[in-house]
Amino acid sequence: MRDSIVRLEKAAKAFATPEGQTVTALDAIDLDVSRNEFLTLLGPSGCGKTTLLQAISGFVELDAGRILIDDEDITDRPPYRRPVNTVFQNYALFPHMTVGENTAYALEVAGVARPERANRVADALRMVGLEGMEGRKPRQLSGGQQQRVALARAIIARPKLLLLDEPLSALDKNLRQAMQIELKTLQHELGISFIFVTHDQQEALTMSDRVAVLSGGRIQQLDTPRAIYDQPKNSFVATFVGASNLFEGEAVGGQLLTTDGLSISHAKAQTTGTATALIRPEQFFLAEQGDSAPSLDVDLEQIVFVGSTFELFGRTATGRRVIAEIPATRRNLVGEIEQSRRARLSYDPAAVHLIPAEAA
Amino acid sequence: MSSIAFRRRAQLGLLLGPVSLFLAVFFLGPLAIMIVTSFLAPGLYGGVEWTWYRHNYGRILGFADPMFEDFDPVYIAIFLRSLKISALTVVATLIVCYPAAFCISRLSERWKNFCLFLITLPFFTSLIVRLFIWVLILRQTGLVNAVLLNTGVIARPLELIYTDGAIILGMVYIFIPFMFMPVYASVEKLDWTLVRASLDLGAGPIRTFLRIILPLTAPGIAGGAVIVFIPALGNFVVPAILGGAKVMMLGNLIEQQFLAARNWPFGSALAMMVMCVMLVLLFAYVIVSGRRGIDAATGR
Repeated sequence: MRDSIVRLEKAAKAFATPEGQTVTALDAIDLDVSRNEFLTLLGPSGCGKTTLLQAISGFVELDAGRILIDDEDITDRPPYRRPVNTVFQNYALFPHMTVGENTAYALEVAGVARPERANRVADALRMVGLEGMEGRKPRQLSGGQQQRVALARAIIARPKLLLLDEPLSALDKNLRQAMQIELKTLQHELGISFIFVTHDQQEALTMSDRVAVLSGGRIQQLDTPRAIYDQPKNSFVATFVGASNLFEGEAVGGQLLTTDGLSISHAKAQTTGTATALIRPEQFFLAEQGDSAPSLDVDLEQIVFVGSTFELFGRTATGRRVIAEIPATRRNLVGEIEQSRRARLSYDPAAVHLIPAEAA
Repeated sequence: MSSIAFRRRAQLGLLLGPVSLFLAVFFLGPLAIMIVTSFLAPGLYGGVEWTWYRHNYGRILGFADPMFEDFDPVYIAIFLRSLKISALTVVATLIVCYPAAFCISRLSERWKNFCLFLITLPFFTSLIVRLFIWVLILRQTGLVNAVLLNTGVIARPLELIYTDGAIILGMVYIFIPFMFMPVYASVEKLDWTLVRASLDLGAGPIRTFLRIILPLTAPGIAGGAVIVFIPALGNFVVPAILGGAKVMMLGNLIEQQFLAARNWPFGSALAMMVMCVMLVLLFAYVIVSGRRGIDAATGR
């Protein structure tokens, strides 16, 4: 068994809505987070990811199941007796305290002597790039700086586990990307496990060792970012993470035949029965003369230039929507199809991923 | 001066004009008359003599007019007692309002509004009538004594009315809305994620209350304390009805000087003393809350 820091066993939680219905936020979830792992909980709003985080931090009481941290059962412990700290979505810095006092709070509460506190505050602030800012008040800082204070405050007591609840969602795009890299680096330096909650799939893929995709209170897939993207277990994961073209049909000897008469070639010749084929938009390419790769013919509805790529929005003869992404370096070919409004989208059968029917 | 700046000033003048005029005529005017009166000699049969007379203040502070009397510290005693009763009123209203504000702030919008309505409801009835009902409840043959006697808890009726306790009870009853509103406003504004952050960082409930909740709601408590303390100090209706003749407070004393003793200069001097105390308190409050106010205004 791997070196586990947090383990959830059959964690379940349901909420009552004001209309008198119950909503299952956590449906008997099993989860195992390793020491020094960066795990991301990814899912649409209402999928249970925040409930899961709050169950670990102690703000949500489970209906059933157990939570163990370092093999210790903490299911019934209040938040202030758990070796877990949280970076909140809106930072939740104490407005009446300075940056130094905010950062020192966990140490002050734990009864650490003043001189040691000052040293550790200086260390923590240096780690997040805010050295010498002890005397400022939170309101004198920019959003990015407040974010860093929240981070310093949460790591100063060296928790066994750091929870991050969509901490980057309030930052603008450039800052968010810079912080993603910094968080990852910081996590390596500290050697603390991170559980990061986000609804931004790009963020999840960028930072995580593993990603848990949640929907309807269940973990749909728990895997490395690459496996999540390349080999989604079901069509929910395929559509939620990244853009996708899905074709449902019958797999017969290396072909998948859809009901509307398309035939998709794939490399899994031994698979038979109902299945869904996934082709990512970037797997399509524009065939040159004489290319023998399998392809789909589409009428183009729109061509969007997004900088590094062209996004082609097309429809097959049977009306099925297809999205393709063509590198901007192929702009001469794109120029041609812009004239004809028709394109032959080729793909490599080896790049087609098959999702068996029972999982979809 | 640019025309925009001029128009802005003109607008400001128009908006603030009526209230400034009103206060100048009906507040500063009487105040000036009172200041002058407090330095004049009392007339033999009421009214004032237009001569400089500093012994009105002397009677209170220790340099009484040797022609008529020796210095009597009774006025200082009344002053101190009034301060004490007002301070206890502030503490008691706070004890009632603070927890209630937390409960009500967590209710649904509908119940919140209903509770706020209930708290302001007593304003719709005459103050005097409400206080006389307390007389019925507290007097020797009143409700409380009747219940306690009939259930055998006590053998003789308790002396409830005409005590400091009765005055404080009446004051608390009157001033609860004044304390509740500012306290509620600051409790309502409290960001509960800060409380969660504190718990998350290892602080237990008591420490979280002392380090986070209390400091963040302190402006409301201070505001409530000031607007309860000031009218409580000058209140004369409650001590008149529930204090009987035994317990005198500054408010009754001043009322008595004006209406019964017809010593307007001395009454004015007493009123000026009360005002000085209030100004000192208000000044302290403005300085403290001003600092906080800047914090709050520029925060988040």
